[in-house]
Amino acid sequence: MISQRKTVTAWLLLTPMIVIILGVSGYPLIKTIYYSLTGAKLIAPDLTSVWVGLDNYVRALSSGKFLEAIWHTTYFAVISVGAEMVIGVLVALLLNEAFAGRTVLRAMLILPLALPTVVNAMMWRLVYNPDFGALNALLVQIGMLDAYRSWLGDPASALDMVILADVWKNFPLVALIALAALQTVPKDLYEAATLDGAGVWNRFWRITLPAIMGPLSVALVLRTIEAFKVFDIIYVMTRGGPASSTKTVSFYVYQEAFAYMRVGSGASYALIVVLISSCLIAGYMYLIRKQGEV
Amino acid sequence: MQPSLTKKIFIYVGAALLALVIAVPVLWLFIMSISSSTHLTTLPLQWWPDAPTLENYKSLLVYAENSPSASFLYGIRNSIIIAFAATAVSIAAAIPGAYSFSRLPGPRRKNLLFAVIAIFMLPPVAIVLPLYTVMSALGLLNTHFALIIVYCSILLPFTTWLLKSNFDTIPGDLDEAPIIDGANRLQAIWYVILPIARPALGAAIMMAVLLAWDEFFYGLLFTNDIRAKTITVAIADLAAGRVADYGLISAAGILAAVPPVVLAFFMQKTLVSGLASGSVKG
Repeated sequence: MISQRKTVTAWLLLTPMIVIILGVSGYPLIKTIYYSLTGAKLIAPDLTSVWVGLDNYVRALSSGKFLEAIWHTTYFAVISVGAEMVIGVLVALLLNEAFAGRTVLRAMLILPLALPTVVNAMMWRLVYNPDFGALNALLVQIGMLDAYRSWLGDPASALDMVILADVWKNFPLVALIALAALQTVPKDLYEAATLDGAGVWNRFWRITLPAIMGPLSVALVLRTIEAFKVFDIIYVMTRGGPASSTKTVSFYVYQEAFAYMRVGSGASYALIVVLISSCLIAGYMYLIRKQGEV
Repeated sequence: MQPSLTKKIFIYVGAALLALVIAVPVLWLFIMSISSSTHLTTLPLQWWPDAPTLENYKSLLVYAENSPSASFLYGIRNSIIIAFAATAVSIAAAIPGAYSFSRLPGPRRKNLLFAVIAIFMLPPVAIVLPLYTVMSALGLLNTHFALIIVYCSILLPFTTWLLKSNFDTIPGDLDEAPIIDGANRLQAIWYVILPIARPALGAAIMMAVLLAWDEFFYGLLFTNDIRAKTITVAIADLAAGRVADYGLISAAGILAAVPPVVLAFFMQKTLVSGLASGSVKG
């Protein structure tokens, strides 16, 4: 009896949350699947939709441009998250040492994190400006560059420059997570290893890394999921240009649906993105399950 | 152990480098914001303005119709309304939800929690098209209401998750006692759980407001003029404007960054422990 009443209470308490989530996420997700099987267009007053089956998917997967966008997104995610992990761990190792100014430095890490994504993108766009940007001025004034360059205007460098801006904003997240994990590693472990003659390198690979691997792998997957969604920074810095060299999948869906008004095929692109993200999300679930209950 | 001299040099060089890498871009943004636009477009670039000016801030903060100040000030107003309202709705639904997840085990509940987290992590493109067509059909595009509702798709799963892991740390007897004495669950949550969980509640509210303040994608798509455009959209507009006034854009960026940066510094400890527990315990 009592346990039955508890179950009823449990579901009653969950009801507001479930209703809202079904309304703002569940239903739209199913509707996106429906759209992806139609030729729906975004034309007022309503959507005229023709059932097209899997046509949109066939077209999406045979579209060189969409596959290129998947590649740009993968490149963005792998390089930016990779750099964030390496820099983040190095910074965490540094901040785990005792030195004057450590607290100030750790507080400074909050700054890039708290800066709104759009402000960060705008700031770097100004720094990279081809005519009056600080990066050009700095490199020319110290003699590392002969003439001003259009960092974001050159398809060869645009995506890398966007990645640099993203890394600047997000490496502190990895650093803070790694630092919190480092502080749980017992100090005598290192002393014992040093007495046994283990060098710096050995101690890092044998003690430090295994000890922080759990939280670090969660940070890795979390950042990858985020990086795969990338939109804001691209929109503000390059709008997918030049020559589509920075067009990522989210941007691609945005254009297909809202600039070309093709909701049906936009939805099919979106669901391919969802499928890729789902693999990452499944990886994340696996990791947090492994590390104790949620 | 005394660190060796080489190690000390390593540490201080690294620390100096890190401080420079973090501070210099933001410092430059600030310098641009107190420079005149002619100064910023004069070559070779000077690193400090001859005549620092607050003109840029003035033209953003003193209201004038159809000017950058209008879109900026309305953007701030819209963002405040939307961020706080969406946070309020999300927290109100998240508290009983998180309590239920934490305290009242029922069948298949764990899978439900995982589903909630998975939905939170889905890319927005997965749901944006139907949300757009529904809002459009209901005539809700370009209203605060639309964004408040849509932002719940981000804030609600996130706050539920955060609160649930905090409620887990509160001993179960504390809220069972009043239940036995005849209180109902909502009373137990209100009078027993929430006072204990106040720091976690504060952290959840702060993180939710930060998330909402930072949001751009839905804001861009669901609004089209100063009545509902959020601050992030206003800044993107300003940065893309035909007449590029770099000083003005920089000042807008600095001003938009002040509330979240101050909030984050103020709640540094909770933020960091929140991040850490999020990655250690899930």
